[in-house]
Amino acid sequence: MKPRNSVRDTLTGSRIDTGIEKAFKTIGIISLILPLSLLLILLIDTTVDGLPRLSWRFLTSFPSRFPDQAGIFSALVGSVYLIGLTALIAIPLGIGAAIYLEEYAKKNRITSFIEINISNLAGVPSIIYGLLGLGLFVRIMALGRSLIAGAITLSLMLLPMIIMAARESLKTVPQELREAACALGADRWTTIRKVVLPLGLPGILTGIILSLARAIGETAPLITIGALTYVAFLPDSLTSPFTALPIQIFNWVSRPQRGFHANAAAGILVLLIIMLLMNVLAMWLRMRLQKRII
Amino acid sequence: MLFVCAAVSVAVTAGIILTLLMETIGFFRSVSIKEFFADTQWTPLFVNKHYGIWALVSGTVLTSFFAMVTAIPLGLISAIYLSEYSPDRIRKVLKPSLEVLAGIPTVVYGYFALTFVTPLLQKFIPGLAGFNAVSPGIVMGIMITPIVASLSEDAIYSVPLSLREGALALGGSKLRSTFRVVLPTAFSGIAASFILGISRAVGETMIVTIAAGQQPRFTLDPRVPIETMTAYIVQVSLGDTPHGTIEYNTIFAVGMLLFMMTLVFNLIAHFMKRRFLRGVL
Repeated sequence: MKPRNSVRDTLTGSRIDTGIEKAFKTIGIISLILPLSLLLILLIDTTVDGLPRLSWRFLTSFPSRFPDQAGIFSALVGSVYLIGLTALIAIPLGIGAAIYLEEYAKKNRITSFIEINISNLAGVPSIIYGLLGLGLFVRIMALGRSLIAGAITLSLMLLPMIIMAARESLKTVPQELREAACALGADRWTTIRKVVLPLGLPGILTGIILSLARAIGETAPLITIGALTYVAFLPDSLTSPFTALPIQIFNWVSRPQRGFHANAAAGILVLLIIMLLMNVLAMWLRMRLQKRII
Repeated sequence: MLFVCAAVSVAVTAGIILTLLMETIGFFRSVSIKEFFADTQWTPLFVNKHYGIWALVSGTVLTSFFAMVTAIPLGLISAIYLSEYSPDRIRKVLKPSLEVLAGIPTVVYGYFALTFVTPLLQKFIPGLAGFNAVSPGIVMGIMITPIVASLSEDAIYSVPLSLREGALALGGSKLRSTFRVVLPTAFSGIAASFILGISRAVGETMIVTIAAGQQPRFTLDPRVPIETMTAYIVQVSLGDTPHGTIEYNTIFAVGMLLFMMTLVFNLIAHFMKRRFLRGVL
């Protein structure tokens, strides 16, 4: 067979192709709609199960043996403390690392090693971070099964995500602005503080809020380091034991009684609403800050 | 000072490896490597102790298999459609809404698999237990679909337009140019997205813990309760296992294997992606 013919045979088809193409487009739309409609079913199903249980008392009660008296107060407060602490640890570390890699680091072996390392860390399953937390913070550093051990574990898990988002954002700041600041006599640090960071801030903040929103739903690493599943008090110090919203949900899901499943669904609704609000906040911040700068 | 921030990430990796290694060595002091890889029963929490990792690995393989059977066709077809066929307007709306799927907490998916998908599947699959590998597998696949779709779409989208035009100029139809020219060109990028998806499925924890059961079993029957490597770690962590016991060591040994598996997958994906980018540019 001559090569020219084979190319033609490969590429030109019969009229059947038009039919196949139409069918393919339909399949394409279906495979996009299918997961999205499952998401919709998930939301509806959870709302139907959980909404009747959702009330002010549910938000302000401690867990209980009786499903209809149980609430998520300690879990909610625990989650808020946990995310606050995580943010305090992860944000400075993440932004610092991003500034170093984007603005200071020379292109050499150490830098590329750090970069590969960060992208690998992003792929490590969250439960492995839990084992790190259990072995290193709970055990060796003797922090116990405490709020602070949980927060450090979560912030290490978020670090690669935050660094990558912050770097992307710093990359979008035009090089000319840095040169202009230098030409006006600013040193590197002043340039970064007065020019680069303010311009990159919207993107950095968005990235941080989105990763924190992800952290608030994390369950596995917290279970591994030993967050409790039944806590009828509020954490009063960094080293006190704690629970968190996803842990409480998991605890209720894994019980056989139907009443607790309804509680789990209600807890899920609260969790999803918090995540939704954080996402809206991220979008709003980005739009607002972008407007102010341009 | 800033360098220290960047160096923290390296310290984290070192920390992970060292912690896992320390306890894993402790584990293999009392259990032989031969038993670990040759036995098919995993019962460290019983009186009659067996340490055959295959019982847990088979659980992980089963759930990951069903996840990929769901995620690969859905993700790849969505990617082709989004990149080659959908109008820009639709692409801009659909791509981010698909990402929402990847952002739902896994404990929520676990609840959904246990209370909705399993009862639904029980109507079609006779003999399906309340805990099984199919339902969490499929739900996990839905969660992974956006990852596969988004990465494959990036790969397909970055195939140079000139190749498509060339195929069309030779008289090819759009469908043929997509399947005979564009997809083969993007192959290693697409394969990288599959492998990253597998890595995700292997490391996923809450969905399988909630919906697949906690009975380590060396089986390929997806209808019965099983236990994955990740679910075992959770199960032991829920009890208050004191440091220094063999039970405590087991979760680090399992974690070490899990860490190495995902690391290998991630590295393969990394190199395939690099090869693809070099080929295209």
